[in-house]
Order: sequence, then structure tokens, then C-alpha cells
Amino acid sequence: MYKLEVQDLHKRYGDHEVLKGVSLAAKAGDVISIIGSSGSGKSTFLRCINLLEQPHSGKILLNGEELRLVPCKNGGLKAADARQLQRMRSRLAMVFQHFNLWSHMSALENVIEAPVHVLGVPKKEAIEKAEHYLAKVGVAHRKDAYPAHMSGGEQQRVAIARALAMEPEVMLFDEPTSALDPELVGEVLKVMQDLATEGRTMVVVTHEMGFAREVSNQLLFLHKGLVEERGCPREVLANPQSERLRQFLSGSLK
Amino acid sequence: MILDFSVIWDSLPLYFSGVLVTVKLLLISLALGLLAAVPLALMRVSRQPWVNFPAWLYTYVIRGTPMLVQLFLIYYGLAQFESVRESALWPYLSNATFCACLAFAINTSAYTAEILAGSLRATPPGEIEAAKAMGMSRAKLYRRILLPSALRRALPQYSNEVIMMLHTTSLASVVTLVDITGAAKTVNSQFFLPFEAYITAGVFYLILTYILVRLFKLAERRWLAYLAPRKH
Repeated sequence: MYKLEVQDLHKRYGDHEVLKGVSLAAKAGDVISIIGSSGSGKSTFLRCINLLEQPHSGKILLNGEELRLVPCKNGGLKAADARQLQRMRSRLAMVFQHFNLWSHMSALENVIEAPVHVLGVPKKEAIEKAEHYLAKVGVAHRKDAYPAHMSGGEQQRVAIARALAMEPEVMLFDEPTSALDPELVGEVLKVMQDLATEGRTMVVVTHEMGFAREVSNQLLFLHKGLVEERGCPREVLANPQSERLRQFLSGSLK
Repeated sequence: MILDFSVIWDSLPLYFSGVLVTVKLLLISLALGLLAAVPLALMRVSRQPWVNFPAWLYTYVIRGTPMLVQLFLIYYGLAQFESVRESALWPYLSNATFCACLAFAINTSAYTAEILAGSLRATPPGEIEAAKAMGMSRAKLYRRILLPSALRRALPQYSNEVIMMLHTTSLASVVTLVDITGAAKTVNSQFFLPFEAYITAGVFYLILTYILVRLFKLAERRWLAYLAPRKH
């Protein structure tokens, strides 16, 4: 059975169709990289999975449970049951390009917030777990620091710890290293690689071709709202079939 | 020009009781005003017109009319109607302290609501998305993320509102209350020394303002530490 299944997702802004039927299926332990140029719809696709954006049609299933969607006034789809959406979101942790830590909370408070107030984990237990995850991503020494007082790399690692503390079924990464200085990218990629080796199920929108090739076991190349190529990352990257992917790689592969 | 210090010295007890009246008026109206401002601010950021409009109208009318006019309407204006004089509320509405607190609370609630609404609107959208993505309900998003964050960021502006309110309470002296300004009025009418009377009142307001400013500095150090530059 698939952990996460997305079927035939469509999304448009006004008349502009940004996703023209994109599907994805992740088994436990899969690490799926989604690549593509800006405007290809890859971030939008990821954000549709947890309904931060409203898709116009398609199906989303987590552990075989389908997220019930109903049309709303603007033509998009919204969750039929807000509680089901909240429950599914809490099992699909997301890591954002701009970290999005809650700025008025310390690193530790950021990590325990959702476990305590969404999952109902006792505070003491949540703190122990948070300290464990902060140590795991290498920022335990910064647990009392506020986000604005940390480097980008530290903030993103705290954000990853915050996602991990939810003990999610699937982790969604939305260009997690794109806002970082080149020298900080490595520390975040290293943490993500460790997570992949642990067998966590991850969907990663990325520009890091090295990560896509070495760490993920499935690759999706999105172009103009469609999956142009998909398959084993090493094969796809070494041997691109489409002209689009060849062009894309010649511009970005180092 | 020589100040008559003996008059000031002899009337200090009157000023001190005036300070108590001023502080009482200020605390009661701020507490009630803040309590009303939170739901009003939430209404003001709502996208539903029928939720937003009443709060918009309220803050527009209150901020659009002078405090003194509002106070006169409540204290003198309402007394004009027989139905009010015969109602169960009359014992309260004929009481100057009650009317002053009510008028001040209504006034500050409108200004505070707008400060808070501005602060809520300025919440970084990414932080709201993160809360949603973690599975927070709307109510929890407001209670755990939006309000705590907005209340903190509103502190500097709110401290300004509190100081303005301190000075606004001086209007209570026109509805017979003996606050600091009321004490000065009394002293002036007894000795006809307006300069001594009002300069003393001014000094008391300065001292109270200084205390408020210090308190807000402490509050900002405690709750806005996350916006301060990194210390090391």
C-alpha cells in the first residue's frame, strides 16, 4: 500500500493552468525528488498535497485514506471536513523554503508547540522528544534562541526538528535549501540525507541535483504543469529522454 | 515670579487622593478597553463583511468623535431621557465615576482594537501557513500563534495609547471627579493661584508617565526579546 498517493492533480490561477494532471505515489521509505524550472508548478503541487493551495481536481490519499474534497465558490476544492484535513496535515509535516518558524517562540518552543497543542502530547514528554530531535539535527545548543537570532541553516534545521517532532507519516520539503547561503546548504542536506537513510518517506522539491541523484529513489521532472519524465534518478539524470530535461540539466547540473 | 510653595505643600494630600482617582480611572478603563478590543480586533480582520462592518463602524464612530463629546453624551446626554432615569441602570449612569470609566473604556477599546488589528494583519503569512500545515484548527491558530504574536508586536504602540489615556482621564474633572486635574481645579478656586495649581498637576502626570514608560520598557524586554538584536 502507498503511504501517499496523489492522483491527477489539476490547479489553475484564473485562466492559467499551472498543474495539468500530476500524479505521485510514495511507498514507505520512498524519497521522491521533484525538479523543474521556476514556474513549472513543482512548489504548487507540493502545497496542494496538504491543501495550502486549493487544487481544482484530483485525489489525495494518505495511508489509503482519501481526503474528502468539495467544491467551493471560487471553483477550487476545499476539505469537506476540517477535522479530517487537520488530522491529515498533522501527519504530513512540511518544511518550507523560508523556514517559517514562529518568530516569538524559542527553538524549543517551536518544536513542542504542535505536538502539545495539536497531538495532545504531555508537555514534559514533548520537551524530551524536542531535545532529542534538536540534538539529532545538530542545534541542541540553540534551543533557547529565537529564530531571528539564528543563522538560516540553524533555522532550517530547527524547522526540520519541528516537523520530525510530529512523527509524521510523510515529510514534505519545499525547496528547503533555496534560501540558504551556499555554505549552509550542506548542513541541511546532510540532515535530510540522514532522514532518508532512516527510511523516512519524503517528497522533496529541490534544485539540488546532487541530492536528487544520490539520496532519492524516484525523480519527477515537472515542466509546464505536467510530469515530463519520471523514474530512477540516476538513470533519468544520466540519460534524459526529453529535450526539455536535457536543456534544464545543461543549465543546472554541475 | 515666585511660586507659592506653601500652598502646594498644604494641598499635597488633595493631589495624592487625586492620583488615586486618576490611577483607578486609568486601570479600570484600560482593563475593560483591552477586554473589548481583542474581539473587536478579531472582527476587524475578518473577511466576512457582516462580521467586519459592525466593528469598523464602532471604531470609526468612536475614533471620529472627541472624547469630551462622548463623555458629555453619556453623563449628561443620557440623563435627558426619562426611560433612562427610570431604568435599572440609572444608579450607575448617574454616577460620575461609572460614566467616566465607561466613556474612557469605550474610547480606548476602539483605538486598541485598531492597533491590535494592524498587528494581526502584519503577522508573517509564512507563520500562519506553518501553523496550518501542522494541523492547527482556526481557533488554535488564533489562540496559539496569531494573538500571542500580535499582542507582543502591539506593545510599543499600545504603550503610546496607555499614556494618551492617562492624559485623557483628566477630562474626568469636568464631570465633577477630583482626579489630579480636579485637585488642581480645587486648589485654583481656593487660592486663585492657577500656575501653582496646574504646574503641580503637570508634575504628577510626568511622574506617572515616567512610571508607565518604565513598565512598558520592562514588558518589551520580556515579551519582545525576539525582535531585539542578538546579544552575542
